[in-house]
Amino acid sequence: MPHYELRCRECGKSWGNQPRSICDDCFSPLEISYDYDALRGQVTRERIAQCAANIWRYSDLLPLPENFEPSLPVGFTPLLHAPQLAKQLGVKKLYLKNDAVCLPTLSFKDRVVAVALAQARSFGFEVVSCSSTGNLANAVAAQAARNGFKAWIFIPADLEPAKILGTQVFGAKLVRIAGSYDQVNRLCSQIADEHRWGFVNVNLRPYYAEGSKTVGFEIAEQLGWRLPDNIVVPMAGGSLITKIKKAFDELITLGLVEPKTVRFFGAQATGCSPISTAVKTGETDIQPQKPSTIARSLAIGNPADGHYAIKTITKSGGWAEDVSDSQVVEGIQLLAETEGVFTETAGGVTVSCARKLCLQDRILPDETTVLCITGNGLKTTDALAGRYELEEPIPPKIAEFDKYLDKALEVPEPAVA
Amino acid sequence: MTITVQIPTALRRLTAGNAQLTCSASNLGELFSVLDQQFPDLKPHLRDEAGQTRRFLNVYVNEEDIRFLGGNSYSFHDGDEILLVPSIAGG
Repeated sequence: MPHYELRCRECGKSWGNQPRSICDDCFSPLEISYDYDALRGQVTRERIAQCAANIWRYSDLLPLPENFEPSLPVGFTPLLHAPQLAKQLGVKKLYLKNDAVCLPTLSFKDRVVAVALAQARSFGFEVVSCSSTGNLANAVAAQAARNGFKAWIFIPADLEPAKILGTQVFGAKLVRIAGSYDQVNRLCSQIADEHRWGFVNVNLRPYYAEGSKTVGFEIAEQLGWRLPDNIVVPMAGGSLITKIKKAFDELITLGLVEPKTVRFFGAQATGCSPISTAVKTGETDIQPQKPSTIARSLAIGNPADGHYAIKTITKSGGWAEDVSDSQVVEGIQLLAETEGVFTETAGGVTVSCARKLCLQDRILPDETTVLCITGNGLKTTDALAGRYELEEPIPPKIAEFDKYLDKALEVPEPAVA
Repeated sequence: MTITVQIPTALRRLTAGNAQLTCSASNLGELFSVLDQQFPDLKPHLRDEAGQTRRFLNVYVNEEDIRFLGGNSYSFHDGDEILLVPSIAGG
């Protein structure tokens, strides 16, 4: 018997283990529940330290089938100390959880897909699928190829070219939908009702979502088994922020870290800000929006976990902010110029929201703060179109370079005697 | 006036297996009342104690979220196709 099972988040009914995300009794979401008593004493810092540097070192706290053999070393991305960005934000102890370099497809979605596909195999699916704003499409396509699944990927038609190519290259069937992500998502719920496919973010969603916890486990371990004071998390569907909270709570429950209240801060683009709007206005439920932002990976106007994200943030004493598209670009540039990390638009959202939160004194200088950078800038280069000039090339001659250098340094001509 | 309502699999055990039904409800409140009457077991799954549409149930009219059309105050039109879809997906 596995040490985990599906349980309804609202009525608590147990559903065993099966591909389903909804409690038929109360029509609420299911999530994975663990037998923590069985895990207490078994999951130790020492045991984890002996494992390879990837997400599978936390297998005891993931819903994996018995005898599961991982095929990829996903995760365990760097936690970078960010002193130069910290200076710009007016704080002292700032860290970046850098999933811009998560393997295999350079976003945190590799984590969730790795867990979802482990279960897709055990449930006997041959086809795996998803609705995606891009990063998930890349992750499902790559890991389906690696694990011998057929992949059907549904995306809004106007995604960034790199995210489209980065799906097709793995041989996945890419279905472009003339509509928003929320419309794609609604369609996938209907398709999942009709076809026996493993939709990672529909019928496999409770398993998939658990993969996000590994961001939290890694942050705690990389801080020396301590929790930060603050964490800033980009929000699309709202799942990641709730699962990092679950990860921290599990580490406390199992005695791997000292109990501590971590303040959770959510980051959105103003052009798609249903969760931050709800937090700011004191609502507990989402009013859906029609997204209009360059941060397409966060462009979910009707976030499935919005309600739980709001709860996580407000209960922790945190806050949520949102920033304009030009601030998103400034955030990308600031992070690149201060710390040498090139993030996608979602990362620009996180950095600029963090700056706003620091200016508001919601994040204080002496506290330890972690920013979650969830994706890679090479996938959204179009966001920077027109921001940099390409100069005329110069001939490969030293004299020409000297001339160029003089001009570049604006050395004034010596005065003629 | 006739509208069509599509029932998701998760709720079909409460509608005697019916995946679709037609009725002449003129707005969401009336539609829920029709469903309550025909399928009493479905009632608690559609609205909460305060009478509001349940948190994890999305209602679409011809593929548009009804909240963008005015929600409870939206008047159905002849031929409207109503979808009830769980909101527990994506992200």
